[in-house]
Amino acid sequence: MKLSQLEAGQSGIIKEFTDLEMSVKLMEMGCLPGEPIVVERFAPLGDPMAIRVSGYQLSLRKNEASTIILH
Amino acid sequence: MSGDLKVALVGNPNTGKSTLFNLLTGLNQKVGNFPGVTVDKKTGFCKLPDGRNAEIIDLPGTYSLYPKSKDETIVFEVLADTNSPSHPDLIVIVADASNLKRNLLLYTQVADLKIPVVIALNMMDLARKAGTEINLDELSARLGVQIVSICARKGENVDALKEAIAYAPATPLQADTIEVEVLAPGLISKIQEEILVDKPYTALQYAHQHENLSFLSPTQSDRIEEIEKEFSFHSSKAQAAETIARYNFINDILFDTVKFKAEAENESISNRIDKVLTHKIGGFVIFFGILFLIFQAIFAWSEYPMTLIENLFLWLTDSAHKVLPEGALTNLLVDGVLAGLSGVLVFIPQIAILFAFISILEDTGYMARVTFMMDKIMRKVGLNGKSVVPLIGGLACAVPSVMSARTIENWKDRIITIMVTPLVSCSARLPIYTLLISLVVPDGKVLGIFSLQGLALMSMYVLSMVSAVFVAWVMKFLIRSKEKGYFIMELPVYRMPRWSNVGLTIYEKVKAFVFEAGKVIVAISIVLWVLASYGPPARQKAIEQKYSSQEMLKSYSAEELEAMKSSEKLENSYAGVVGQAIEPAIKPLGFDWKIGIALITSFAAREVFVGTMATIYSVSNNDATEDSVRDKMRDAKNPETGEPVFTFAVGLSLMVFYAYAMQCMSTLAIVYRETKSWKWPAIQLGYMTALAYFASLLVYNLLK
Repeated sequence: MKLSQLEAGQSGIIKEFTDLEMSVKLMEMGCLPGEPIVVERFAPLGDPMAIRVSGYQLSLRKNEASTIILH
Repeated sequence: MSGDLKVALVGNPNTGKSTLFNLLTGLNQKVGNFPGVTVDKKTGFCKLPDGRNAEIIDLPGTYSLYPKSKDETIVFEVLADTNSPSHPDLIVIVADASNLKRNLLLYTQVADLKIPVVIALNMMDLARKAGTEINLDELSARLGVQIVSICARKGENVDALKEAIAYAPATPLQADTIEVEVLAPGLISKIQEEILVDKPYTALQYAHQHENLSFLSPTQSDRIEEIEKEFSFHSSKAQAAETIARYNFINDILFDTVKFKAEAENESISNRIDKVLTHKIGGFVIFFGILFLIFQAIFAWSEYPMTLIENLFLWLTDSAHKVLPEGALTNLLVDGVLAGLSGVLVFIPQIAILFAFISILEDTGYMARVTFMMDKIMRKVGLNGKSVVPLIGGLACAVPSVMSARTIENWKDRIITIMVTPLVSCSARLPIYTLLISLVVPDGKVLGIFSLQGLALMSMYVLSMVSAVFVAWVMKFLIRSKEKGYFIMELPVYRMPRWSNVGLTIYEKVKAFVFEAGKVIVAISIVLWVLASYGPPARQKAIEQKYSSQEMLKSYSAEELEAMKSSEKLENSYAGVVGQAIEPAIKPLGFDWKIGIALITSFAAREVFVGTMATIYSVSNNDATEDSVRDKMRDAKNPETGEPVFTFAVGLSLMVFYAYAMQCMSTLAIVYRETKSWKWPAIQLGYMTALAYFASLLVYNLLK
């Protein structure tokens, strides 16, 4: 399951990444394997999305979210 | 003034770092540049309890020492280069207690550089509200650093922080964080030996960043490259391993020192606001409502102070003419310097209002939401959600906006943003539009409520935005880039704006405007006055002779004679000669040589246009100094046809010209600095001038 496939309100736990370059940036921002994620909302036009991770709100585009694989 | 101790503030964005900087230094601060780069360097001084004077350096906010945008590269550069004049003796890490885990990532990286460090833990109240209990003593003991809990917003505990700074150890005592050597075995020690770096983590960072570190010599950089090859070093893999190791270290410590209560209610306040402000329809309605409010405020609220400033200058001009003896020097002072000065100072109210709004929007966290909402649209036209900030800022001035495009990590997005930002109608165009609209657009109402002139003005702003978006879309296809764009951004919780920060921002921007733009405008006004008052001696002499001949004196009254003489003198002045030389090129746009002079002088800065018009018309009719520029322009007649010069077609053509033309040297200079090549400012100047010329040509020929 990819993060981009979740609906608003759904949650998951990060398992791994499919893109090394992107994973470095995401991990710095607190998206680490084992970390729980909640999808809080989508932007009015459906993209990007806002997630809650390690205690704060992070926005990222759907194609970036699709590099995050959930358990 | 130099401090006894250099202290660098380092921290994530949105941690209250700037607020703390303002608290520590007060108005005792200045903005400069780091040598060689254009990153703003904010420094200030702070009196410590032990009597010493600390120089505080505010480094750009960053999430890690691995830079993702241009501004962030300076952080590691300053911290690693012991020869840098900004290299600190002590680092204060400003951390957000409500978001401790992510904030500690940067701390562990900085700690490994082995410079003495103190943690200023901000927003403890927010953390407590969110149900987080932090055992500060335990945390401090585990990290081996002093932690001072502060509340920057309320200004609490700043004295304790000052004390901690004053009595901080001179040698680094912080505990080791992760084992750095295992991240790149062999490579680190080899770089340490060959480049003479004593800290292993600094050596590892050299391996990652050597290409962008200005203090390394090319030989050193090449050698690091060779060592990397020798050990087959993979930057991204090493960085990923390091980040995971650091978070493991942090999680271990936080497990023992921080207690989280079950789901707290409070964070949903921000969530509830978001439900409204980023609502599918409501979100955009509110955003455009806010933009509309800003425009209204810029015009409505600034009217009174602007009239005040104008009247002050009218009075000054009047008194100067009365008090000072007649002569060339008085004329230079009054028609040159004073006219130029009033042209600058009259903008202050509008600039202050605009920056007040922009800084409130940023401070509350709303700007991040605008970015979030607009990203998809912006991406379609080749921009990025983050381009919204420079584009909105472009309404004030393209110069700081082009600089603010630095937060856009992707090169292509950033270049396109920089290229189109000057199309957005900046505050310098405002007086030109106001002047021309009041000249050529009738003062009526549409549907009984909307002022016709107001609508005309708004159309100019809409035109500028549409053009910026269109040009961006075209450039999306013209500029090639392999780099992937991304948009990973923190959405900070909503907060009340800090009014002292807003006040400081206004003060800084107005000061920069008055001194930076003011210098140029006053200088040009003086040069222009000289060029408009003097001409090729032979021609001027001929005019003097012509008007002193008996024949002329008989057939005209003294007043008529004076008016004719001064206008003919202007026509034959140096400025007139230049204006007439370019007249054939601008005639198809409906402009005469007087407008031509204004076009040339306002190449330096658009706002010079009004000043030039004022200078030209006060030089040409000496008697009517108390008339406003507008009246003088309205009375201007075409000498050949006897028709008014400023017809509807000419007015609109001129407005459209100013909407598109790259009439701003400061912007070109800043684009050069930001892109580090003359290619981009040259392209910008070229495309904008062409756009201006042909759009004006079209408008004039359709309307005349």
